[in-house]
Amino acid sequence: MSIKHQMSIEGNDLRLDFDKEYTQIGKSVPRIDGVEKATGAGKYAGDLKFPNMLYGKILYSPHAHAKILSIDTSEAEKIPGVKAVLTSKDVPDMKYGISPARWDENIFCIDKARYVGDKIAGVACIDEETCYKAMKAIKVEYEVLPTVLDYRHAMDEGMPLVHDNYPRNINTEIHQDFGDVEQAFKDAYHVREDVFTGTRAYQNPIERHSNVCIWKDDKLTIYPSSQSPHYFQYYVAREFGLKMGQVRIVLPLIGGGFGGKLEPSGLEFVGSVLSKVTGRPVMMSYDRLEMFQHNRGRHQGTYRIKTGVDKNGKILGCHTYFLLDGGAYTGLGIATAYYSGALLPLTYEFDNYKFDGYRIATNLPACGAHRGHGAPQPKYAFESHLDNIAKDLGIDPLDIRLINARKPNTTTVNGFGIQSCELTACLDRIAELSDWREKKKKGLPQGRGIGIATGSFVSGAGYPIYRNDWPSASCMIRVNEDGTSATLYSMSADLGQGSSTILCQMAAEAMGYKYENMKIVCGDTETAPLDFGAYASRQTLFSGWAAKRAGEKIKKDILETAAFMMGLPNEDMDLDCVDGVIFSKSRPKVKVTTFEEAAARYFKLKGPLVGTGVYTVHRTGGYHKGAPVGTSPAYSFGVQAAEMEVDEETGKLTCLNFWDVHDCGQVINPTLVKGQIHGALYMGIGESIFEQVQFDDKGKIVNGSMGGYLMPTALDMPSNVINETVESYEPVAPWGVKECGEGSTNPTMGAFRNAIADAVGANVTSLPLNPEHVWRAIQEKKAKDKK
Amino acid sequence: MANVLTDKEGKKRYLVSFTINGDEHQGLVKANTLFVNFIRDELDLTGTKRGCELGDCGSCTVLMEGKPVNACLLLAVEADGHSFTTIEGLATTNKLDLVQEKFIEYGAFQCGYCAPGMILSAKALLNSNPKPTEHEVREAISGNLCRCTGYVNVVKAILAASGQEVEH
Ligand code: FES
Ligand code: FES
Repeated sequence: MSIKHQMSIEGNDLRLDFDKEYTQIGKSVPRIDGVEKATGAGKYAGDLKFPNMLYGKILYSPHAHAKILSIDTSEAEKIPGVKAVLTSKDVPDMKYGISPARWDENIFCIDKARYVGDKIAGVACIDEETCYKAMKAIKVEYEVLPTVLDYRHAMDEGMPLVHDNYPRNINTEIHQDFGDVEQAFKDAYHVREDVFTGTRAYQNPIERHSNVCIWKDDKLTIYPSSQSPHYFQYYVAREFGLKMGQVRIVLPLIGGGFGGKLEPSGLEFVGSVLSKVTGRPVMMSYDRLEMFQHNRGRHQGTYRIKTGVDKNGKILGCHTYFLLDGGAYTGLGIATAYYSGALLPLTYEFDNYKFDGYRIATNLPACGAHRGHGAPQPKYAFESHLDNIAKDLGIDPLDIRLINARKPNTTTVNGFGIQSCELTACLDRIAELSDWREKKKKGLPQGRGIGIATGSFVSGAGYPIYRNDWPSASCMIRVNEDGTSATLYSMSADLGQGSSTILCQMAAEAMGYKYENMKIVCGDTETAPLDFGAYASRQTLFSGWAAKRAGEKIKKDILETAAFMMGLPNEDMDLDCVDGVIFSKSRPKVKVTTFEEAAARYFKLKGPLVGTGVYTVHRTGGYHKGAPVGTSPAYSFGVQAAEMEVDEETGKLTCLNFWDVHDCGQVINPTLVKGQIHGALYMGIGESIFEQVQFDDKGKIVNGSMGGYLMPTALDMPSNVINETVESYEPVAPWGVKECGEGSTNPTMGAFRNAIADAVGANVTSLPLNPEHVWRAIQEKKAKDKK
Repeated sequence: MANVLTDKEGKKRYLVSFTINGDEHQGLVKANTLFVNFIRDELDLTGTKRGCELGDCGSCTVLMEGKPVNACLLLAVEADGHSFTTIEGLATTNKLDLVQEKFIEYGAFQCGYCAPGMILSAKALLNSNPKPTEHEVREAISGNLCRCTGYVNVVKAILAASGQEVEH
């Protein structure tokens, strides 16, 4: 038994000192899906097989902007093995998206195609090969229209419109104004303006989007590759006019999402109708290029930032002006646009802030919620800008961050309430780890630089993904009849981040049970109660609350039964159950019993032992337009530093060392937390130095493959990655937890850029920070120096 | 060369046989049938994944005569007469392979989609080089893309599986 308790007699008092050490959380237990993943036994959507199953594909537009004049499917229908061909007239024409004012996407294009990859028709056939034959035989007559490919000129006079209802191609326009920025600039000792640019990056999970749809009679079942089964259920029901209860979503294993699998991909809508008309299960999937075309990755943007500071570098006011390339549809992009400006005031304290943002419609794949949703590129710009200011003033980049760093129990200028915040501790620790002061004092060898950047992120969005008044998360635990196992039913989604593992740890801790006896059914809408799923880094805190509360209910029932079995009163919280053992705290001589025995007795007396838990976020945020976006019960904080070597001749970059220190509250599973940070860092590094979706002048992707779109391999990653967490406890979270998976993507690009700028003394402004961009910045600087 | 059957439209099918995880398998395949599709669709060995089908990602890695190959670049007809190990063949009934054990212990996968290929590449490396350096490990898995882990724990797990001391 791992509970530490000790009896002692002080005077006449018999005392029991109970050391409340956790037995299930705070430990790197092996992940619950470890064996099935390591042995290849686990099934992802694309691995599923059903009797009589057909294969389906979506025919996409080869033009970035084109009117659809006619579609002739007659030849395709004649091909043996082709079971169904669908076009827009065979499916509902209700538009979809995240926010009703911007529902702008259809299952199939009705009037025109808006990007290369837009959905035109669907086929279901006996195998994939036949699908390709069928798609080739579909004759579509297009009238090619002029395109809008460059978001920077999309608002210009005379540009064609991507959507008629977005004048000047402005999809979203945001103006937020807090305090008095102009006055702050007047009061400032120094005011500086910079412009930075980002690029389109794509989540590129290794598992491709797939799903199996089975529409039988009045019930539709979908096995999708999805981050939010509830959102899918809601959207599919809405699109087809079904009741939610008629739609069942069952999640198989998910091979990574990073935001790219949060919105419907179109495959589930098309697959559903194909299944309905054929009466057979239909397997749908995107190939790699089609995934790039469906996209929903990072918005590229132009980020203009103007900041006024006092003599010491204290920020007085900041004005940001962001232009984002949204692509052809809105999807989650409206949230991205708000996030891009709203999250900036998190890490530093200042009282005056103005944010002007434009999300622009273009004839390119739609962008969406890519890890760190909206925050990483603006943060890269701001952190680069802050280093420029520090340089102007002759202040150490570490000091300008320390002087501005957010403190606990503060409220941001735009109304986000912060409780726990150990940003200063993170800065101090990273300075130690990286030997920052020493390196700054002595200087680094020629061609070498060190850079630092901060980041912060929501631990779950304060408002749900679509307008509703449901609780934020709920779950149910059922203890098996003989008490030897318990199953957690949750509609959370484990994309790999490990939510199933930590939710089981949390449930077991709350129940007084053992993690190794926990099972989980996650993401099945027919058995598990509502949870909005995996996005905005919400599950550890949100789903965690639900698991904790459900577990506590089970424990209460267990202790009541045990009291009866042990012939003791169950009062004054005298009985406790820890790690599966039930004991009396005040009567240590009373023979202990076990969770198992009590659970078995409970079943005999009262039937199934079930506990439910629910969590609803408290009201958060202000009342201005867009106030809900960026609200959260809690915020994570983090700092990263990079030491880089730059070859000035070629622009070649080598990352010698990388440090990350994170305030993610209490840690439930250290190995999983580290894994999240490594992964976030990896994506941040990729986006810093390689990743860029590229297009030809007709809007066609030219590098839509794993070989074309470069992501770091094991050889490209720095081998010296040191990451640590600082001690922190979030009061509004279960056991004090906070997020870590997305926040760690935020500082990376800034840290890289600042290290490079430090190495070469040039103001590098364009992502990705590849040899070409770095080399150009060096040349510019040399030319300037000559003058 | 495999036996050829011709159907009434003149299309050829090839009779191939190979050993997978110790079991003999026969199949009648088209000239363009990919080995990865054959084992997944016909033999239900879906542990071998498909991420790109272009030889770029390594998630379809299998061992052919003990050497790692991308099963999406291999035609089923080319596989004729060869012997393969897929991820399903690594563990015995009740015992995981040491590499699998270390991958779990070190948290070397998250979504797990790359894991079968990554584990087999690691296995092949350790078979030919029982005490690799960190750089050799990175080289050996450089054809296996992972979008989740940043390879940090993958490298550790493989070094640990080779018996070297690695902190968690
Ligand atoms: S599927 Fe074979 S290498 Fe990607
Ligand atoms: S664990 Fe997800 S791709 Fe490697």
